[in-house]
Amino acid sequence: MALLAVNNINVYYGAIHAIKDVSFHVDEGEIVTLIGANGAGKSTTLQTVSGLLRSKTGSITFEDKNISNTAAHKLVTHGLAQVPDGRRIFLQMTVRENLEMGAFTQPAANVERDIETVFEYFPRLKEREKQIAGTLSGGEQQMLAMGRALMSNPKLLMLDEPSMGLAPILVEQIFEIIQNLHKNGTTILLVEQNAQAALSIADRAYVLETGKIIMSGTGEELLKSPEIKKAYLGG
Amino acid sequence: MSFLNFLISGISLGSIYAIIALGYTMVYGIAKMLNFAHGDVIMVGAYICFYAVFSFELPPIVGILMAIAVCTVLGIVIEKLAYKPLRSAPSLAVLITAIGVSYFLQNAAQLLWTSSPKVFPRFFNFGGQASVSFFGGQLSVSWTTIITIITCIIIMLALTWFTGKTKRGKAMRACSEDKGAAQLMGINVDATISMTFAIGSGLAAIAGVLLCSAYPTLVPTTGSMPGIKAFTAAVFGGIGSIPGALLGGLLLGIIEIMAKAYISTQLSDAIVFAVLIIVLLVKPAGLLGKRVNEKV
Repeated sequence: MALLAVNNINVYYGAIHAIKDVSFHVDEGEIVTLIGANGAGKSTTLQTVSGLLRSKTGSITFEDKNISNTAAHKLVTHGLAQVPDGRRIFLQMTVRENLEMGAFTQPAANVERDIETVFEYFPRLKEREKQIAGTLSGGEQQMLAMGRALMSNPKLLMLDEPSMGLAPILVEQIFEIIQNLHKNGTTILLVEQNAQAALSIADRAYVLETGKIIMSGTGEELLKSPEIKKAYLGG
Repeated sequence: MSFLNFLISGISLGSIYAIIALGYTMVYGIAKMLNFAHGDVIMVGAYICFYAVFSFELPPIVGILMAIAVCTVLGIVIEKLAYKPLRSAPSLAVLITAIGVSYFLQNAAQLLWTSSPKVFPRFFNFGGQASVSFFGGQLSVSWTTIITIITCIIIMLALTWFTGKTKRGKAMRACSEDKGAAQLMGINVDATISMTFAIGSGLAAIAGVLLCSAYPTLVPTTGSMPGIKAFTAAVFGGIGSIPGALLGGLLLGIIEIMAKAYISTQLSDAIVFAVLIIVLLVKPAGLLGKRVNEKV
């Protein structure tokens, strides 16, 4: 059963047709990645799924419920969480407060326990617990953004370019954590420009180009595909 | 002793500005708009309290609570009818609407309550005394002054606790930083903005009662000058910052009273605004305002 199914969505920014008839699905327990160049529509697609943008056509279903018109803030309670593009952590709040905001929809009794779980994934955040988030390094901010999303105990975690602007060693760390999360039962939808890294951990992948899905397949298939190699893997 | 007297009056006036400025600064922080009708909500609160006590002969505390209740609802209604439809409109449209709401409230008040001045009653008498004396009668401070300052302190402590310790209060800060991200956390942004207007307007009602207790002439335009001063105080302290509103309000009140006392009554407002201009030249974000640099 598809956990998330996106059918024929079309998204516009004013007159600009940003997403054209995009369909894809994510099954429970998978890591699915959307790859594509800058401006291909990856983030737009993700924001449409999380309700910040609206599609003019088609439908988005999550656990067989149509969520196309559900308010963004209600989707969290359904089990969808997004780590947005550019992290968008609350820079003037402390690390702990950021995590508490992630748990906004959760019963107060679970918050302490869940913060401890997040600290197990990201020990660095525990050291920085009382610090204002704006003082964290880029990598730490990415960890905080991921930790914050995990606080809602999502069934589906959507990550928007978690590797953006990070040093290669940190990218490796972040991808390792994504795999760990996946092992522990979270389904993952990963949007990435770093095709190499994304494809090597993904079960399946979709390639977006100027708002359209032009290819799909398993991560391995796409890694070997000559077109993908040429366009995205620098060879 | 006269200096001390002036200082205390300044702090008292400043406390009123600070309470009003909190409404401006909180609404600005979250909705990124200047609610110029905020000053007129003060006036509405004062009238409600006045009529509750005078015409219906209710005890003052009931009058104050009624004023708070009415203004809280008024704030929510104003936001819903006038500002919410403009959430994604250019800020100029919102600004003009706010000025329109301000005139609407003033004219509605004139229609309802006429423009003839009302003399606001003196609530704060204890043991038959309107003031207390210190230092063997050398320093006399009115109860209104004392209660104003205490009220301001209580409000500040309560708001600091609310925004720092409670879930809703933290959600409010989250919304004022990034509404999109707040939505992704499951925070209902519309409800949070509504709540902010409610709190700000409730505080405006308290400010209205305190203001008219100190300066008892009540007319439909009573709120506009203190409203503008408090807005100035909010900018002075750094708009969007709650401690900034307190600091800006207090400084503004003290400067105003000192200017009146030692320089010139006529020029006091000019001096206040001159200080504002100088502060903004040196610190464009206000005294406690910060410019956050985002890491990319």
